[in-house]
Amino acid sequence: MRVLLIEDDSEAALFLQQSLRENGHVADIAGDGEYGLAMARDTNYDVLIVDRMLPKLDGLSVVQTLRIEKCTTPVLILSALGDVDDRVKGLRSGGDDYLTKPYAYSELLARIEALARRSAPDEVATRYAVGDLVLDRLSHKVTRAGEAILLQPREFRLLEYLMRHAGQVVTRTMLLEHVWDYHFDPQTNVIDVHISRLRSKIDRPFDKPLLQTVRGAGYMIRDGAE
Amino acid sequence: MTALSRLSATTVFRLSVLYLAAFLLLGGAIGIAINWLLNRAVTSQIAQTLEAEAAALERTFANDGFSGLTQAITERSRGAGPGLYILESLTGTKIAGNLDRLPPTLLTRREGGLFRYVPHDRAAKDPRLAAGLLVVLRQRGRLLVARDIEDVRRLAERAQRLLLLALGTLTLFGLAFAYLISRAIMRRVDATTAASLAIMRGDLAQRLPVSASGDEFDRLSTSLNAMLARIEQLMVGLSEVSDNIAHDLKTPLNRLRNQCESALRDPRGGPAYREGLERTIEMADELIRTFNALLAIARLEANAVPEGMEPLDIAAIVADIAELYEPVAEEHGMSLALTPPPPALAPVRVKGNRQLIGQALTNLVENAIKYGRGSGQPPVGADITLAMALTGRSVEIVVADRGPGIGEADRERALRRFVRLEASRSAPGTGLGLSLVSAVTRLHGGTLRLEDNAPGLRIVLALPIAEGSEGPVAARP
Repeated sequence: MRVLLIEDDSEAALFLQQSLRENGHVADIAGDGEYGLAMARDTNYDVLIVDRMLPKLDGLSVVQTLRIEKCTTPVLILSALGDVDDRVKGLRSGGDDYLTKPYAYSELLARIEALARRSAPDEVATRYAVGDLVLDRLSHKVTRAGEAILLQPREFRLLEYLMRHAGQVVTRTMLLEHVWDYHFDPQTNVIDVHISRLRSKIDRPFDKPLLQTVRGAGYMIRDGAE
Repeated sequence: MTALSRLSATTVFRLSVLYLAAFLLLGGAIGIAINWLLNRAVTSQIAQTLEAEAAALERTFANDGFSGLTQAITERSRGAGPGLYILESLTGTKIAGNLDRLPPTLLTRREGGLFRYVPHDRAAKDPRLAAGLLVVLRQRGRLLVARDIEDVRRLAERAQRLLLLALGTLTLFGLAFAYLISRAIMRRVDATTAASLAIMRGDLAQRLPVSASGDEFDRLSTSLNAMLARIEQLMVGLSEVSDNIAHDLKTPLNRLRNQCESALRDPRGGPAYREGLERTIEMADELIRTFNALLAIARLEANAVPEGMEPLDIAAIVADIAELYEPVAEEHGMSLALTPPPPALAPVRVKGNRQLIGQALTNLVENAIKYGRGSGQPPVGADITLAMALTGRSVEIVVADRGPGIGEADRERALRRFVRLEASRSAPGTGLGLSLVSAVTRLHGGTLRLEDNAPGLRIVLALPIAEGSEGPVAARP
């Protein structure tokens, strides 16, 4: 995956570049908004990571300009501002996801991987399958090895989100955001509890666990044989 | 700057002087006008008198001839009255009258005029002012009918002097008055300035002086003092908060440091480092959470989120939170019940921010799970109750637990930042949860009450119902 990092804090940018490289990605750095905009126009990136506060041209303007120019590259906006309003503004100006500083690297990685995947046109799938687990989005039915599994509506949505991002790490905040539409940090292990309930329905009665915990990052659903 | 030049620089002094100047100008103008009018009246009266007398004497001359006239003049000249006369022959010799000679200035002036003369009959030999009218007697001589107007002149002079004196006195008094007023006002302003300088230097307890008179200065000072009191209160609150921040952040930072140190000392090496670093990250995350919460509260208290307000169904949020936390409570060995149960929960529209209300309810429920464990016999009903009820124009969301509760004396304090009541010191948390709930409630125009659940804590969050709540509500997952 090729990432453009528009960030004026060079230390944070270098740390991010290094970390992304370790995960097998390529990251270019632009130190200000104008340069970043030029680079985003020149090169075909998979994901743009744009800081909100930038010299010369602020992050939101960069994103807005790109969107006006019909650039559809997914954008993750980084911000030191944590307000609900800031988030809404960021997404309204064309960002696809929004992350408040300080953030965990694992959180950022999971989010840009999800974004890069999103740009691939497999969104319209009506049926997800991981191993012998199958989720039908139209009939709202879940089966594993042909056995029907009865899920609560929320459990269904949780599984749906995990399966849509099968093979990818999904963080707890991503789950809270996309399944419950709440954007705050819970103090308790609320997501873990829901995952464990889901796990007891889709994994426990079967030999091979599909829903895995990724230490220090989140969860991932995948067929271990893959 | 000298005291006087400082005074003269004051607005009050300048205004007083300006007022005085205007007053003097007007007073002077009125005085001059009166003087002029009086002068004119007196002059015309004298002129009339002289003309009447001249006419009478001309008639005498016409009836009784020159000798008759001479006799009449001689008679009139004898009187002690103000009348002055001189009758001269054609050659210019005096024939009769009480004047020595005919003033030459009047010879050519048919309309009469003023002249000076020295009377014989008075001790003082000063020349006196007189007004005279020349009568030419056909082929016999000329007659001057005049009148002593020295007294009138003196009167007029005295009136003028009086006017000037009055204006001068007024000027003096006015200046003195302006000086006194400005000095009195200066003193009060100086006192206020001194007080505000002291405040500027950091003495926030200082107040502006208020006299007993209750005048506009006092009103100003009183309201400024109220402002200062509010500022002082905020500053004290702020410094309290900073102290608490320093303290509450120092503790986890110390723990973090110790954690790193003990990991480094661990003889196991590699694996110990890994564990240590992982715990360090957890602790750093906890710190970040604290900072985020602080920032969020600060922003809420500055009312920074008016844009994110929208009509929303509070019942759906309550149901969401109950659904989200029911398993968490269960994992903690507690039960969480929603009343009325979800299907009976009719939509209630509230204008607000879904994220903030969700966060507030989350904090309340998380607190209930953390601290609300009942002791002794199992409770009647659920350990934690999440309830919603309509009361008039507001909706009350109740989070009640069966734990130790909060004593009445501590309830107010519990809402403050970083206050962690003794009972909860050991449990994890930032000490900001209830402060955030309180700030969110205030932002939404609601009220937050801490009550006794006998036993347990019962928190009532009341939010105003949005106008026209019958309309559609934004459907959210």
